[in-house]
Amino acid sequence: MTLFDLIFYTFALIIILSGLLVVLARNIIYSAFALLFTFFGVAGIYVLLSADFLAVVQIIIYVGGILVLIIFGVMLTNKITNVEIKTESIHIIPATAVVGILGGLLLAALTKTEWRKAEPSLSNKTVYDLGRILVVDYMLLFELAGIILLVALIGSVMIARKEKTISDEAE
Amino acid sequence: MSVGLYHFITLSAILFSMGIFAVLTRKNAIQVLMGIELILNSANINFVAFARYGNFGYNGQIVALFVIILAAAEAAIALAIVLNIYKHFNTVNVDEIDRLKE
Repeated sequence: MTLFDLIFYTFALIIILSGLLVVLARNIIYSAFALLFTFFGVAGIYVLLSADFLAVVQIIIYVGGILVLIIFGVMLTNKITNVEIKTESIHIIPATAVVGILGGLLLAALTKTEWRKAEPSLSNKTVYDLGRILVVDYMLLFELAGIILLVALIGSVMIARKEKTISDEAE
Repeated sequence: MSVGLYHFITLSAILFSMGIFAVLTRKNAIQVLMGIELILNSANINFVAFARYGNFGYNGQIVALFVIILAAAEAAIALAIVLNIYKHFNTVNVDEIDRLKE
């Protein structure tokens, strides 16, 4: 067993255990913090797959952005005076059956298929290559992503803002 | 058997199943969102793993990058909608929200 294998199994264990906690924990805050470890584990998997830039992006956007948003959401949608923020699960038995069948089919399909295998050509300047491809081959998508982020920003502010009623304006 | 492509896609299939399980069983809308994030992460692992072992260059990583961008936009919009739902119904349990209009 090489060091690569050992690191892979460590990160896989982190992802699966914290993922189970996300799915099964009764307290939402525990779920949110377990999600943190899942995201870190996935970032580690990206490093193993020689996608170092993507790992940093994963940590900055998921941990720094999305997770903070989710924790804000938890705090704003529960009464703060409630120390125990409990949640419940429904339809556990049919969901287990569906997930078991789906996961089994997925695993069978993925592992029985002969995927294209090629020796990876590793480069030691990932950010340079990635940046070049992003603004040469994927220029339109890159600009579109910027527009989508702007639309999402304006849209979420519009949706979440406080509605002004006529009596408010009269004052 | 040393770690290869199949190990990575197995991990991503497990993560995907857990995400589906969270979406199906959780009552709280925010935890449904967490399940969706797990699903997106598993898809990303697949993209990067195939890009690495199939020698597809950086295309897989670019797609994963766009998935992360869209996940950020999706999380912001979804949380705004959840906050609005909480304001209207005083709950975010998805099984209690069954009216389109008051």
